Amino acid sequence: MERQFKKIKFWLNDREVETMVDVRASLTDLLRNDFRMTSVKKGCEVGECGACNVLIDGECFNSCIYLAVWADGKHIRTLEGLLGPNGELSDIQEAFIEETAVQCGFCTPGFLMTAVEILESGKEYTDDELRKLLSGHLCRCTGYENVVRAVKKTMLRRLGKAEGEEK
Amino acid sequence: MYDMKALYEAFSVEEAVALRLAHPEAKIIAGGSDVLVQMREGRLAGMELISIYGIDALRGVSIDEEENIRIGSLTSFSHITKDPIIQKYINVLGEAVDQVGGPQIRNIGTIGGNTCNGVTSADSASTLHAWDAIVELTGKNGVRRQSIREFYIKAGTVDIRVEDGEIQTAILIPKESYENCFGYYHKYAMRNAMDIATTGCSVNVVLSEDKKTIVRARIGYGVAGPIPMRAESAEAAANGQPVHMETVEAFGNAVLNDIRPRDSWRASKAFREHIAVEMAKRCLIEAILRAGGEL
Repeated sequence: MERQFKKIKFWLNDREVETMVDVRASLTDLLRNDFRMTSVKKGCEVGECGACNVLIDGECFNSCIYLAVWADGKHIRTLEGLLGPNGELSDIQEAFIEETAVQCGFCTPGFLMTAVEILESGKEYTDDELRKLLSGHLCRCTGYENVVRAVKKTMLRRLGKAEGEEK
Repeated sequence: MYDMKALYEAFSVEEAVALRLAHPEAKIIAGGSDVLVQMREGRLAGMELISIYGIDALRGVSIDEEENIRIGSLTSFSHITKDPIIQKYINVLGEAVDQVGGPQIRNIGTIGGNTCNGVTSADSASTLHAWDAIVELTGKNGVRRQSIREFYIKAGTVDIRVEDGEIQTAILIPKESYENCFGYYHKYAMRNAMDIATTGCSVNVVLSEDKKTIVRARIGYGVAGPIPMRAESAEAAANGQPVHMETVEAFGNAVLNDIRPRDSWRASKAFREHIAVEMAKRCLIEAILRAGGEL
């Protein structure tokens, strides 16, 4: 059978890129294999675990069940895009470290990108709302509490409402 | 890589219809959260796909010239939940689809895909049944409308005429259905996220002006039979009756005349019957309260 390719152009972490992609590829395949975005993890590959989560036009998607050709014209952000110009960590990554929200780390990039969507909404969510917004991720180390704490902490800091902090 | 024989992409409804006529064996893919998973699992391995995900004209919610609420078939669950028209007129639909899977699934999953799958557990389906939704299909002969109850034929099969190149293009909620109508959806599942309904129940009511009488009650179920369904005896037991706990009791108990749940690994028939009665009562109570009634 003849292989089928399509030329696509999209924005990857604010950089315009162009590539020929096999139409059978998932967005996870495209990001990992063609662009070495290895923060995008291959977990369940059926859209259940959230390890491959990326932002597409500002919303979270499991890239494992997203066709690579659909990336054409989209703005895609991965964890790599969170780093500062000299590799500095972003506030939400720092908060994950402070709260020990990282154990084995496999689910972390996916969780972080969902956290980015939550934080960029500029809204203040209740604990229940945060749990619901984060519910599309599985952490097999079961460190959920600390993840919620890290996201909440960053949310409050960004809103200038950090509770019980000295600074 | 997916085990896909070929991919055809449509960017307009006309292109989709033409592709469907040219490739009748191909499977339509909207958001892909069912199709791609089934392809990965092997059930759809080696298939040709027609992607309609790029048809932006099928996204969004509006009120059409007949005053129907028009939901483009590719509108994602999260966009339905956030939509101001949905929130104003049929908030229960936004609440129901906000219980599908998890956040990422609600961003990719579409209401068209949810209904075209023909599965009984679809979180949108019971509410769409309970609100007498109309399915709009577009094919080589133009537009065809079908009531949602006729649209579902049997488990996994819906009335889409592939030979006519049809795809689902919208779901409509008629004005007589949403006017002064208030509803509530209850999903019973084992977990709060990433789970399929053990049973889902959606009830809506129109109350009299003095809020003392139920003018119209409608109830839809998912996973109470092979396809989503209405419970007509329950509706008959409530229509025209006073807003009272006795009516709620009669309504809930009448449900057993209508539903046909089965034993599955998720839950037994007896358990589903038990919760179906309870859910009907709770949903009716909530719908009445939302409509301004007192119990």
